[in-house]
Amino acid sequence: MSALLEVRHLRVAFETRRGPLVAVDDISLQIGEGEILGMVGESGAGKSVTGTAILGLLEPPARITAGEILLEGSRIDNLAPEAMRRLRGKRIGAIFQDPLTALDPLFTIGQQLVETILTHDAVGARAARDRALKLLGEVGIPAPEKRLDQYPHQLSGGMRQRVVIALALCAEPRLVIADEPTTALDVSTQAQIIELLKRLARTRGTAVLLITHDMGVIAETADRVAVLYAGRIAEIGPVREIVHAPLHPYTTGLMGAIPKLGALRSRLAQIDGAMPRLDAIPPGCAFHPRCTQRLAQCDREIPRAVAVDGREVACWLHGESSRG
Amino acid sequence: MAAFVLRRLVQAALVMAAVGLIAFALFRFVGDPVVFMLGQDATPAERAAMSAQLGLDQPFHVQYGRFVARAVQGDFGLSLRQLRPVSTLFAERLPATLELSLAAALFAVAVGIPMGVYTALKPRSWLSQAFLVVSLIGVSLPTFLIGILLILVFAVQLGWLPSFGRGDVVMLGGWSTGLLTVSGLKALILPSITLGLFQMTLIMRLTRSEMLEVLRADHIRFARARGLPDRLVHFRHALRNTLVPVITVAGLQLGSIVAFAIITETVFQWPGMGLLFIQSVMFADVPVMGAYLCLIALLFVIINLVVDLLYYAVDPRLRLDGAAAH
Ligand SMILES: Nc1ncnc2c1ncn2[C@@H]1O[C@H](COP(=O)(O)OP(=O)(O)O)[C@@H](O)[C@H]1O
Ligand SMILES: [Mg+2]
Repeated sequence: MSALLEVRHLRVAFETRRGPLVAVDDISLQIGEGEILGMVGESGAGKSVTGTAILGLLEPPARITAGEILLEGSRIDNLAPEAMRRLRGKRIGAIFQDPLTALDPLFTIGQQLVETILTHDAVGARAARDRALKLLGEVGIPAPEKRLDQYPHQLSGGMRQRVVIALALCAEPRLVIADEPTTALDVSTQAQIIELLKRLARTRGTAVLLITHDMGVIAETADRVAVLYAGRIAEIGPVREIVHAPLHPYTTGLMGAIPKLGALRSRLAQIDGAMPRLDAIPPGCAFHPRCTQRLAQCDREIPRAVAVDGREVACWLHGESSRG
Repeated sequence: MAAFVLRRLVQAALVMAAVGLIAFALFRFVGDPVVFMLGQDATPAERAAMSAQLGLDQPFHVQYGRFVARAVQGDFGLSLRQLRPVSTLFAERLPATLELSLAAALFAVAVGIPMGVYTALKPRSWLSQAFLVVSLIGVSLPTFLIGILLILVFAVQLGWLPSFGRGDVVMLGGWSTGLLTVSGLKALILPSITLGLFQMTLIMRLTRSEMLEVLRADHIRFARARGLPDRLVHFRHALRNTLVPVITVAGLQLGSIVAFAIITETVFQWPGMGLLFIQSVMFADVPVMGAYLCLIALLFVIINLVVDLLYYAVDPRLRLDGAAAH
């Protein structure tokens, strides 16, 4: 299988005076052409760090310490900064969480779109402006000619997030990384933005890594889902199966109450305790202190991901016998 | 926009009225003008007559009103020392001080901003470290010492530049300028560096800290995620956002440059308003002192106003809903 994006055994650590803190550990995942992969987990699970690593935007003290990232079959994690810069926006687009702060307040929407288009494609100023107009129309902004000359503060949060999406699509990347694109928006706007993302992914055949802590969004949007816990993948596979029959006890907890789209921040109330901090990750399975079904070996050995029913799960309840 | 300007103008008028009150109090209470005019041994009747002639027997607010009315027309009376109109004295000295202050401000901005940007973009380079050390010296050494050191090196030791005065000046209408002669320009170098050094280090440090702050902003991260080259990220987006607060402070510093010119003008015997002020203090020349106070205050008020308007021009957020937000 040739994936559009393939992440192999990625590890990201923050170098600190008291030694490295591992924020992302042994993460492997694939995204196919036009596929939406959801990535879900509590705050601090390592979702943003993973997305940032893929974009090549990690800043010291964060560093990729192991693993590789491949885009269309070739490694991108070891590219020179300038080569990686050219690739960003052109082959991997990005959508950030807070549309209120993602746009430069001192430049018009049009200026920001045009500079992005001109950065990636050798077109004239006229053509760039036309494309900017078309993009604004495509992301559902009414009266785009008028919007082009407006500043970010003149647009509502939802409209700004549409502009951010247009900016991510300027150079027609095959992959877009959307890090909590709806978290900062009100509920009805959230639904519209998710709808827009789904439509764009479908019509343009753009693959999306959709990062969120909202299982409801994932259930409505993604094809497959990766569940992260304390920097590791607990379970990854097709959304329908994972939602209906979670294998990992943590996923079961997450599923306990799938909120209506966007609602409910306290859905994890039924899992006692909190995710460990990076400097206090327990030995063995990081989830074992909160797990209701833990076994003898859970606090000693880290479970490896094994294939079960077309998905992968890292839990001692599943498949340890098949590994011998 | 009109409401914004109007509000600022009213504030400016209030500030000037308060400063005028202080200057007026100076006239009234530092020395008795009647004694100045008549000498120590005039009779009480003579004093009363002089008092009435000068209007000093009128109620306080009437006297203040008259003072303001004349001050607005630039009439601060006669210098007690030179017996010439104060306004004429200042008109003669103004060009020297303004040219010096503008040269100092230009130096502070033209050197301070690039140094600040460089130290923010390349925090680890040795040049940045050197800049920071120099700026520490610039902040901590007193102005007169810097002036004397510069004179010692460039005037006395090397003999490259003059140590005092304005060089040759040319009259342009009523304005005496030193900018059109070689000796005038040479004479300007040391004083303007002396005067601008403190502000230069201030602007450099401010630019640096603002720029570091902006570089961490979400929209800069997003600009990188869009694939924009460093050139655009740094010098288009980061710099422009940095300059908004820097302009404000730099503009406001222009007022203190003019005010601080007193010291530099004294060290370099620069024939400006500051030197005039120092000389008038030594002779208790109250009209000159009062007029200087008002002039400096007026300058600060005008600068504040201009900076507000500039801010308004640079930041689109203020332009549209500024009236509502303030
Ligand atoms: N600059 C940083 N320095 C140290 N630790 C960091 C930094 N950024 C993130 N982390 C840590 O990395 C972990 C993963 O963070 P992140 O990927 O942002 O989580 P999320 O899943 O909520 O997006 C968290 O424990 C967070 O505290
Ligand atoms: Mg995050």
